[in-house]
Amino acid sequence: MSNTASVKTRPDKALLKKQKHEDRANKVTNIAHRRKPNRSRGGDFGVYLLLLLVAMAMAFPLVFAISSALKPLDELFRFPPTLFPQHPTLSNFSDLFVTMGQSWVPFSRYFINTALMTLVGTAGHVIIASMAAFVLAKYDFPGGKTFFNIVVTTLMFTGYVTGIPNYIIMSKMGIVDTYWAIILPAFAAPIGLFLTKQFMEGIPTSLIEAAKIDGAGEFRIYWSIVMPNVKPAWLTVIIFSVQSLWNSKASTVIYSEAKKTLVYALQQIQQGGVARTGQAAAVTVIVMMVPIAIFIASQSQILETMASSGLKD
Amino acid sequence: MSTFSQYLAIKKSNARYGWEKAKRMKTCYLFVAPFAILFFAFVILPMLTSICFSFTYYNILEPPKFIGLSNYISLLLQDEIFLTAVKNTFVIAVITGPIGYMLSFVFAWFINELPRWLRTIAVVVFYAPSIAGNAYNIFGIIFRGDAYGYLNAILTDWGFIDAPILWLTNPDYILPVCIIVILWMSMGTGFLSFVAGLQGIDKSLYEAGYVDGIRNRWQELYFITLPSMKPMLMFGAVMAITQSFGVCDVTMALAGFPSTDYAARTVVTHLFDYGYSRFEMGYASAIATLLFIVMILCNKLIQSALRKVGT
Repeated sequence: MSNTASVKTRPDKALLKKQKHEDRANKVTNIAHRRKPNRSRGGDFGVYLLLLLVAMAMAFPLVFAISSALKPLDELFRFPPTLFPQHPTLSNFSDLFVTMGQSWVPFSRYFINTALMTLVGTAGHVIIASMAAFVLAKYDFPGGKTFFNIVVTTLMFTGYVTGIPNYIIMSKMGIVDTYWAIILPAFAAPIGLFLTKQFMEGIPTSLIEAAKIDGAGEFRIYWSIVMPNVKPAWLTVIIFSVQSLWNSKASTVIYSEAKKTLVYALQQIQQGGVARTGQAAAVTVIVMMVPIAIFIASQSQILETMASSGLKD
Repeated sequence: MSTFSQYLAIKKSNARYGWEKAKRMKTCYLFVAPFAILFFAFVILPMLTSICFSFTYYNILEPPKFIGLSNYISLLLQDEIFLTAVKNTFVIAVITGPIGYMLSFVFAWFINELPRWLRTIAVVVFYAPSIAGNAYNIFGIIFRGDAYGYLNAILTDWGFIDAPILWLTNPDYILPVCIIVILWMSMGTGFLSFVAGLQGIDKSLYEAGYVDGIRNRWQELYFITLPSMKPMLMFGAVMAITQSFGVCDVTMALAGFPSTDYAARTVVTHLFDYGYSRFEMGYASAIATLLFIVMILCNKLIQSALRKVGT
C-alpha cells in the first residue's frame, strides 16, 4: 500500500519540481514585465525627477513658515537670511501665549467661539445635506433634478459674489453679529450636497428596496441603511466643512470682540507690526497645521469620496 | 353603465396610486426641505437680490432708488479702476485658471504611477498649500522688499541684482508675484478629484489598449485616461474657474488694499471696496452680477469644449 503510494507520488514530485522551475522562470519574466506596459525607463525617471523638484518647490514655503516660527527674533532679521534656524526655539509660541493672555477678551473665548461654530455648523451641514442628497440620489420626484442642477450651477461662483446681499438678508433676519451668521450659511454649502449625492448614487437600489419590503420607513432607510454605507462621503464633508469653518474670519458679519473667531483674533495679533514678526510666524503655523493634520489623518476616506465627484453631462 | 363603473374604478385606482405617489413624494420633499430653505435663503435669494439691487442706488441707510442701467453704464464706461480690475482679473484668470487646472491633472497623473506609500506623501505635499489657511502670508517674507527678504537676499548674494527689488510695491512685479502664489495654491479640490478618479479607472482598459497597439504613455493618456476621466475633468474645471475669477485674498494680503497704482486690484477687491468701504451696494451688486454672468458663461464654454475630448 505504502509502496504503491510512494510510486504514485514520485512522478508527482517530479511534476511539482518542474512546475516550480517554470514558476520561477515565470517570476523572472514577470519581474521584467512588472513594469507597466507603455512606460519607458527614461520617461519614468524624468517623471520622478520632475515630481521631486516640484514637490520641493511646493513644500518650501511651508517648511520656511515652520522654520521661521522656530527662529529667535535676531535670526529672523539676520542678513543674509538663513533657511533653517541655528538655535531653534519655541519662544515665539510662548510669546504668542503671553500676548494672547493680555487680550481684552480671554483668549479661550475665541477658541470656544470657533469650536462651537465648527461643531454645530458641521453637524448640521452633514445631516441636512445628506438627507437632501439621499432623496435626490435615490428617488425620482418632480423638481428633484432641477434642484440638483441649480445646486451644481451655484458651485460655479464664489461666495464673494453674494457677500453683500447676504449681509443685507442676515441683517433683516436679525442674525448679524451672532453665531448663526456663520452657522446657518455653512448648513447650506452646495459642495457637501454635491459630493454626498454623487457618492450615494453608487449604493445599489436593491438594498433600499429590500429594506422597504422589510417595512422600514424612509427615515429608517436613510439613517440605518444609507448613512453607514456612505461613511467616506460624510467624513469628507465633515473635513471640508471643518476646514472652511476653521479658516473662516467672518469679519463682515461678526464685529463684537467676544464673538470673533480664533483665526480672526490670531490675525489681529499677526498684524501687530514688525515687533510681532516672530509671533506672526507662530500664528501662521498654528493656523495651517490643523487642516493639514486633519487631511493627513483622513486622506484615504477623502480620496474614496472624490472618486465619485465627477460631473456628468 | 358597466363602462362607466369601470371608468370610475380605474379613476379611483389611479387616484389612489397618485395619492400614494404623492405621499412618497411628500417624504422626498420633507427630506429636501431643510437644505432647500437654507439654500434659498443664503444662496439663491442673495443672488436674486444682487441682480435687483444692481439697477438701483442703495447705500443701506436710504431705501433703494431705481436708476435703471446707469450702474452698468458708469461701471463699463466711466470707472477706469474697474477696467484695471477687469484687466488684472482677466490676466490672473487666464494664466492661473488653465495652467493650474492642467498642472493639477498632470501632477495627479504622475502621482498615480508612484507606489502607494509615496503616492500618499505626494498627495499631501501637493494638496497642503491649498488648505494651509493663510500660509500664503509667508510669501510676504520671501518677497519682502528690503534686503531681509529671502529672494532679494539670494539674488544679491548671487550677484544678479545690486539693490533689493520692491516685489510687492513695484507695480511691474506685483501681478507676477501674485500669480506665482496663486499657482502654488492651485492644487485644490479638483486635484483631489483627479487623483481619486485616476485610481478608479478600470485597469483592463489599459491592457486592452496595449493589445490594440497603444505604444506610449501619451497615447494611453489621450485615448484611454482622458476619456475615462471626463466627469472629474468637468468638476475640476468648475472648481478652477470659480477659484481663478474669485481671486482677492492673496492679492489683498500680499500687495495691500489698495495696492500701488491698483496693480493688484481684482474685480472682487473692487466689489469689496464699493460694498464694504463706500457702502454703494447698488454699484457693488452690479459688479457681482457681471462677474456672476461671466463665470457661468465661462463654465458653459469649457464644458462644451471638454465634451469633445478623446472623441
